[in-house]
Amino acid sequence: MSETLVSLRGVTKSYTRGKETVQVLEALDLEIAAGDFLALMGPSGSGKTTLLNLIGGLDQPSGGEIAVNGERIDRLSSGKLAKWRADHVGFVFQFYNLLPVLSAQRNVELPLLLTKLSASKRKEHAQIALDIVGLKDRAKHKPNELSGGQAQRVAIARALVGDPALLVCDEPTGDLDRKTADEILTLLQELNRSHGKTIIMVTHDPKAAEYATHTLHLDKGRLVESAETAG
Amino acid sequence: MKFFPLIWASLWRKKARTLLTLLSIVVAFLLFGMLQGVNSAINRGVELANVDRLITINKLSLTEPLPISYLNQINAVSGVEGVAYATWFGSYYQEPQQFVFGSPVDPELYLPLVPELQIADESVRKLTQTRTGAVVGQALMAKYDWSVGDRIPIQSSIWTKAADGTSNWEFDIVGTYTVPSDANQEQGFLFNHSYFDEARAFGNGTVGWYLIKVSDPGRAAEVARAVDALFANSSAETKTQSEKEFSQSFIKQFGDINFIVTAILGAVFFTLLFLTGNTMMQSVRERAPELAVLKTLGFSDTTVTVFVVIESLLLCLFAAVLGLGLSSLMFPAMKGVIGQATLPADVVLSGLIAAVLLALVIALIPALRTMRLSIVDALAGR
Repeated sequence: MSETLVSLRGVTKSYTRGKETVQVLEALDLEIAAGDFLALMGPSGSGKTTLLNLIGGLDQPSGGEIAVNGERIDRLSSGKLAKWRADHVGFVFQFYNLLPVLSAQRNVELPLLLTKLSASKRKEHAQIALDIVGLKDRAKHKPNELSGGQAQRVAIARALVGDPALLVCDEPTGDLDRKTADEILTLLQELNRSHGKTIIMVTHDPKAAEYATHTLHLDKGRLVESAETAG
Repeated sequence: MKFFPLIWASLWRKKARTLLTLLSIVVAFLLFGMLQGVNSAINRGVELANVDRLITINKLSLTEPLPISYLNQINAVSGVEGVAYATWFGSYYQEPQQFVFGSPVDPELYLPLVPELQIADESVRKLTQTRTGAVVGQALMAKYDWSVGDRIPIQSSIWTKAADGTSNWEFDIVGTYTVPSDANQEQGFLFNHSYFDEARAFGNGTVGWYLIKVSDPGRAAEVARAVDALFANSSAETKTQSEKEFSQSFIKQFGDINFIVTAILGAVFFTLLFLTGNTMMQSVRERAPELAVLKTLGFSDTTVTVFVVIESLLLCLFAAVLGLGLSSLMFPAMKGVIGQATLPADVVLSGLIAAVLLALVIALIPALRTMRLSIVDALAGR
């Protein structure tokens, strides 16, 4: 039995929009093992991205407990949570979210600016990360000079460069064609299998979910189904 | 320092917009440098004025004359070491824009009271012996490429000649003078009052003002009161003041330079504040998702906010350095007008301080927005 990396207990999340309070997640309990590749599926508005944001420390729950690697992140202040994210989590988004003014190399180096690494070491680490995603030769290109698949690989390199234990991916193939999506998913699978990264991926795409080891289904803020997949 | 490439690249995200904003700030600081430079140079002249000399003018106005008969009466006042007189000639050379600080004086009375003017005895002798003679400051000589021995025409915007009714006067340059302590004072053109008084069409027997040397600067105020008391209730009452006050009131003839400069710069910077502030806000609004990405990657709210403030500082300081640098290059062209060729250091310093303040005010609202930026909302495009 693998060690638990992410643990959620009675997590609730609600938003206030105008006069209305929207309950997004309701009393959610969940455990994710270290080394897992989990796909989160469900219809729009089911709370998938909200759950991912909570696990990634981008948002705080309205109630309940969230622990990652034994650390209660729901209790951390904004500043400490930022530091925690830098040290423990890599993020991959649907629309890559690279900084358009920086080259691929500089984009990948961004998380390392928060470390004490020298400029040469930062460059070296970034090149290794770009090499892992197969884009070493595109280091000097800016995001608008890259294809969607290449941009997403740069985003994955940026997520990897700090060597986090956890990768959270929000629809990482949502903006890509089938072939490119498969390449990205294969890359994520490789990172999970060979590099031991725990990956939590939100997706609408059942084919994408097949690359994961587990799939969780959410509906109206509740977990409704859990399944092991072939991935 | 490791963050600099990121901040610099973000600043130039929209090159055309940043360039236009930069240019507008450069122009504002160019204007700041030129106007404040002129203002500072004028005030500097005021501060250099001697404290052991007093000036007596007509109480009504500097443009109203005083009888020449006051000379002996002032000389008799206790504490007065010497008295001389001068008159504003309002002159120019060839074109009205080519201003000449001309002044008719009695050389034997005037020159001993202004020892800062270094003039050869031979030149003084020739001036007193030549009715139409003039001694000219070295800077003015150089400006119009005059030489000793030249006969030059000078026009007066005030004084016409009785003989022909014209304002065309002719002078023979018999010598030059220097002012080693302040080369800016080498713009004067001194000539004989006797020639001026005999030739002018009106105002004979009057002078513009009296220059009084006091024996003890500590008694200056007492001497000033005594002089004014002498002519109280006369047809030409006097106002005696320090050279500094005189210089200020003389400059105020042309308007309150300080107020004008402050008003113009105030309007320019007020407009700039809104224009640049709006541009900065727009820029930060457009980059909300990128700022949210930085926060996602672990940059704290404070760090990202500081980036925005530094961007504003970089923009304003870079533009200020360019603007002040340009005004520094252009300032020598003002030498003919204000007698100073270099932009004063205090103007450069105050310009840089103004740039920092401008940057901080401009950055205030965008920085607050950045600080409060929610990652989740910004990434979702809300």
